[in-house]
Amino acid sequence: MGGKVIPISGNYAVAYAAKAVDVDVVAAYPITPQTAVVEKLAEFVANGELDAEFIHVESEHSALSAVVGASAAGARVFTATSAQGLLLMYEVMHIASTMRLPVVMSIATRAISAPINIWCDHSDFMASSDTGWIMLMALNAQEAHDLTVAAFRIAEDPEVELPVAVGYDGFWVSHTVEPVEVLEKDEALKYAPKRRRQYVLDPERPLTMGSLASPDWYFEFRVQLHDAVERSREVILRAFDEFGKSFGRVYKPVDGYFTDNADLVLISMGSASGTALTYVEEARKSGVRVGLVNIRQFRPFPEEELYKHLEGAGVVAVVDRALNPGSAFVGPLYSDVVLTLFKRGLDIPVLDFVVGLGGRAVTRRDFDEITKRSLAYLGKRMKDIKQHYAFIGVRE
Amino acid sequence: MGKAPGWRELPRGAVIPEPGSSVRYKTYTWRVLRPVIDQEKCIRCRICWTYCPEPAIIEVEEPYTTKTGRTYRVTYRIDYDYCKGCGICAEECPVKAITMVEEVV
Repeated sequence: MGGKVIPISGNYAVAYAAKAVDVDVVAAYPITPQTAVVEKLAEFVANGELDAEFIHVESEHSALSAVVGASAAGARVFTATSAQGLLLMYEVMHIASTMRLPVVMSIATRAISAPINIWCDHSDFMASSDTGWIMLMALNAQEAHDLTVAAFRIAEDPEVELPVAVGYDGFWVSHTVEPVEVLEKDEALKYAPKRRRQYVLDPERPLTMGSLASPDWYFEFRVQLHDAVERSREVILRAFDEFGKSFGRVYKPVDGYFTDNADLVLISMGSASGTALTYVEEARKSGVRVGLVNIRQFRPFPEEELYKHLEGAGVVAVVDRALNPGSAFVGPLYSDVVLTLFKRGLDIPVLDFVVGLGGRAVTRRDFDEITKRSLAYLGKRMKDIKQHYAFIGVRE
Repeated sequence: MGKAPGWRELPRGAVIPEPGSSVRYKTYTWRVLRPVIDQEKCIRCRICWTYCPEPAIIEVEEPYTTKTGRTYRVTYRIDYDYCKGCGICAEECPVKAITMVEEVV
């Protein structure tokens, strides 16, 4: 069980994962906003460590299109991007999902222009939340590695056959070096075996993919997509469970810390959850009844799992690393959390704190401020809140 | 559409498992203008056949002799089941042997 532990960046951790599952085709556009993921994969292919076709394309739109084509032909495929590159892929993301092609893509989550900024936030990731992709978010380099391996098993499951995106924070995780236990090819393939799908492009058995669907047909295929994303919940749980049994690291759609009867539960996603946990552990020692939920599975949104951690809470504070200007919810994660509670009739104050845009650091002091502001609403209801959101760490 | 299959019965991902099924979709209903070839003027240059995007120009092994006594081995016809009436053939014809005529319902 388990491979060796080596010091690598989040990017390399993802590249080692794609190598471990023996991808057949990688397509990528090689300049910023690309990261070193595909540089490392190109090296693996060039030195013979990975027997894959590496396609150099002229844009991210083409990168995703190329792996869509390769996936349609039955290959195990991988690509990676960030920020503007992901936005350029946006059109093809919907095509991959509704065509039910199990593409796996890593996203080093970054801010989007303007102004030009290559640092971390979740604007790119959140902009993809309606594409019908399964979306996972890693907390650190080890998770980026593990979730990428799991992503292939989930994507290619016959019950699912959907693309999966694995997010990990740009720079905070993508470019910092951590010890990572790298899985070996045989154990990774045993966990995530390659399968032949029902429909693949094959000259011996001609069929049509990507055809026109008139108003008499289109609606049905969008509902099919929604159904597949919903059904993926069980498959993800099984994949996480099996991962824990095989490799000893246990993942869940959400992690809860000190959430039982907490006065306040913080909700965070990505590397900030690590900082938040350190804060929560300290605050608990000084008697503040604060807990934390880390969201690992963003799509499909794990309502049931999240609710279990919130039903006993006094106040909920959502920490959003993206901004939807002019919307009713301001931060995108906030909308999912509020609906999760509202649908179950739980009327407790839920506040939204937008933090860390464009690579600004999110610190324990920020979580302390969020905690103090939120606890002022203990015992109140949603309608008692005059301003539901605040920006933390911005200069006034 | 009452008898069409529901989303659970349809092939996954909008795949059409049967090859060549698009021939059942007759696109002539899109047509507003219909191309008509004047066999007397046509010089059998094949340009319309080359340019037709459908392709709905058919080359048939059927000899034709013009009133002036010239005999061609082949004749060009329009496949009116699939011709969408785009008019490219009429535009490209070097001898103006194709006219676009209004469809009458």
